[in-house]
Amino acid sequence: MNIQIKNGRLIDPKNGIDGRQDLFIVAGKVASIGNVPAGFVADKVIDASGLVVAPGLIDLAARLREPGYEYRATLESEMDAAVAGGVTSLACPPDTDPSLDEPGLVEMLKHRAKTLNQAHVYPVGALTQGLKGGELTEMAELADAGCVAFSQADAPLTDTRVLLRAMQYAATFDFSVWLRPQDSFLARDGVAHDGEVATRLGLPAIPASAEIIALATMLQLARETGVRLHICRISSEQGVALVRAAKQQGLPLTCDVSANHVHLSERDIGFFDSNCHLTPPLRSLRDRDALRAGLLDGTIDAICSDHTPVDDDAKQLPFAEAESGATGLELLLPLTLKWAGQGALSAALAKVTLQPARILGLDAGHLSVGSAADVCVFDPETYWKIEPPALKSQGKNTPFLGLELQGKVRYTLVDGQVVYQG
Amino acid sequence: MNNPQLNKNGELQHLLTTEGLPAPILRAILDRAASFVSTAEGNEIKKVPLLHGKAVFNIFFENSTRTRTTFEIAAKRLSADVVNLNIGSSSTSKGETLLDTVDNLCAMHADMFVVRHSQSGAAHLIARHVAPEIHVINAGDGRHAHPTQALLDMFTIRHYKKEFHNLRVAIVGDILHSRVARSQIHALSTLGVPEIRVIAPKTLLPTLVEHLGVQVYHDMEEGLRDVDVVMMLRLQNERMQGGLLPSAQEYFKYYGLTQDKLALAKPDAIVMHPGPMNRGVEIDSSVADGSHSVILPQVTFGIAVRMAVMSMLAGAK
Repeated sequence: MNIQIKNGRLIDPKNGIDGRQDLFIVAGKVASIGNVPAGFVADKVIDASGLVVAPGLIDLAARLREPGYEYRATLESEMDAAVAGGVTSLACPPDTDPSLDEPGLVEMLKHRAKTLNQAHVYPVGALTQGLKGGELTEMAELADAGCVAFSQADAPLTDTRVLLRAMQYAATFDFSVWLRPQDSFLARDGVAHDGEVATRLGLPAIPASAEIIALATMLQLARETGVRLHICRISSEQGVALVRAAKQQGLPLTCDVSANHVHLSERDIGFFDSNCHLTPPLRSLRDRDALRAGLLDGTIDAICSDHTPVDDDAKQLPFAEAESGATGLELLLPLTLKWAGQGALSAALAKVTLQPARILGLDAGHLSVGSAADVCVFDPETYWKIEPPALKSQGKNTPFLGLELQGKVRYTLVDGQVVYQG
Repeated sequence: MNNPQLNKNGELQHLLTTEGLPAPILRAILDRAASFVSTAEGNEIKKVPLLHGKAVFNIFFENSTRTRTTFEIAAKRLSADVVNLNIGSSSTSKGETLLDTVDNLCAMHADMFVVRHSQSGAAHLIARHVAPEIHVINAGDGRHAHPTQALLDMFTIRHYKKEFHNLRVAIVGDILHSRVARSQIHALSTLGVPEIRVIAPKTLLPTLVEHLGVQVYHDMEEGLRDVDVVMMLRLQNERMQGGLLPSAQEYFKYYGLTQDKLALAKPDAIVMHPGPMNRGVEIDSSVADGSHSVILPQVTFGIAVRMAVMSMLAGAK
């Protein structure tokens, strides 16, 4: 199938393109930019006047809830949500039930996702068996089955010797280890940032030092082992400073932040809004500003949705008892645009395309001639209201519920096939 | 941020916290409470028909004797029908969620809920959920708020000290875990107390507590100097675990209220405690039973204050 996407503002951060260019797709791949390829006859023409044509989004953290939590969401609903959000590739964390610690589970997930013919799914394998922080998983076998990295998701790994061994073993095969830094003793029972809001509301708190101490440990062990370390969901000012310093020292380190944390702070909890019960907790305005500065100077490489579908029953509880997490796949683009504001759109889109592809080690996230035609065509101006019927995800809870955000996906293409039209 | 306890006319819809309650509403509650205390016959509380025909449900997910009993007496003095439910410590012990429990009671035509729950924010959750004609009173939620306790404390202070604007008040003890302290701090500052002190070891103070508008003291003798009001907090035995405090003995030595330490306060200082007291842990018996103590009048005034809150919520003039 030959597709021409015409009259759009084509933005490709990798190739430094930002201008009105037509995109020509042949047999699932980008055939040409600007010039009509020889002998090209379009089977389908998409008029992208007033729209932006960008590489499909790549999300480093989207929980699809399979296996184990099908009552929360199914692969079908969440894959629909992904393409509705312009996401063409996503990495899913291993915190399913059972966790992604056996090759068979990974193969099944990959197979199920493939038959849906939507976004590409890249499972992140469990670093330890059952995410229990004790025994290592069969990482090499899991990689053969399709795992692109290894992670503890939000499960604690308190034993630093196990952490050292896991990094050593992963480094043996040059596997990437993804970790969210949090000291589980300092974070014990906590549900909100240890700051003025938790003090006012009387909520058990998680100090920023929980992140900083765990991060310092991880960085030291990464230095010793030479492992490729990716820091997930950084949340504090001092955490950003540590990552910045480690990168300056030349550590092969990458880092992401959740789109929620780029915009929100502890104050958004207001009077116990359980939609703002997130992991890690929303921190102070100062921390949030440091996250934005870290994105700008490249300390933080990527923005992810941290998509976590949570049903109403699990949210309609007192704040601390409510489950943490928010739906995010369909908000990743608008929240990235909101962060970009009046700034360079191309640089902002790199945080959800080119950079996450690099972290995943994928040749994706760009529109070079010959690359897979994973494309997101969106209207950067239109506002839409975040409300349950507007979301395909089975998870309807987000701190942005009821707000209007700018940026609506019109077409999503995966391997040159239109998989979403809105 | 909308204040969820006021209706669109700025009147009291629920009583969830003293935070953000305008001073005129606080004063109106205290004034109405005063009207229920018959000064001629000592501290006798009158019986009035203001809530006749209304159903008040006391739902206590956490144990309480004093608070539940005074709410019950208050509702009965207002001629309401009172139903007491002690649901125990865990809302999920029967597998029913908090809001399911509330829905069931609404179906029994409750007009007012008095709620105590171990989780901060439980009363707010219920208030957001119920129909607009139903009123919610927070009788203590986790570490967050206990507004009627703070209001009865304000009533007691006003009874003995007449004014707020010239007072120096010290709150002593486990501020970190105390819903009472948080509600007291908000009420005192709204009513114009110029100097609020908190006295505690660093392990029992929440982060950035000074942002609530208090001065922090770790030395009790320094903190009590020249204060008009000493508000003691209960120290729970479980605080001896988890590295918060080494022992009850050491706590009493440094943060227990004794006659010697009280002598540093103003000669006419009053001593308050929300109960139940741990004699010999946070307060010496000679102080608890001494001439400065107003701990028992607090309990009596609590009935009048709770009557005032319930009748105002019910819209009675």
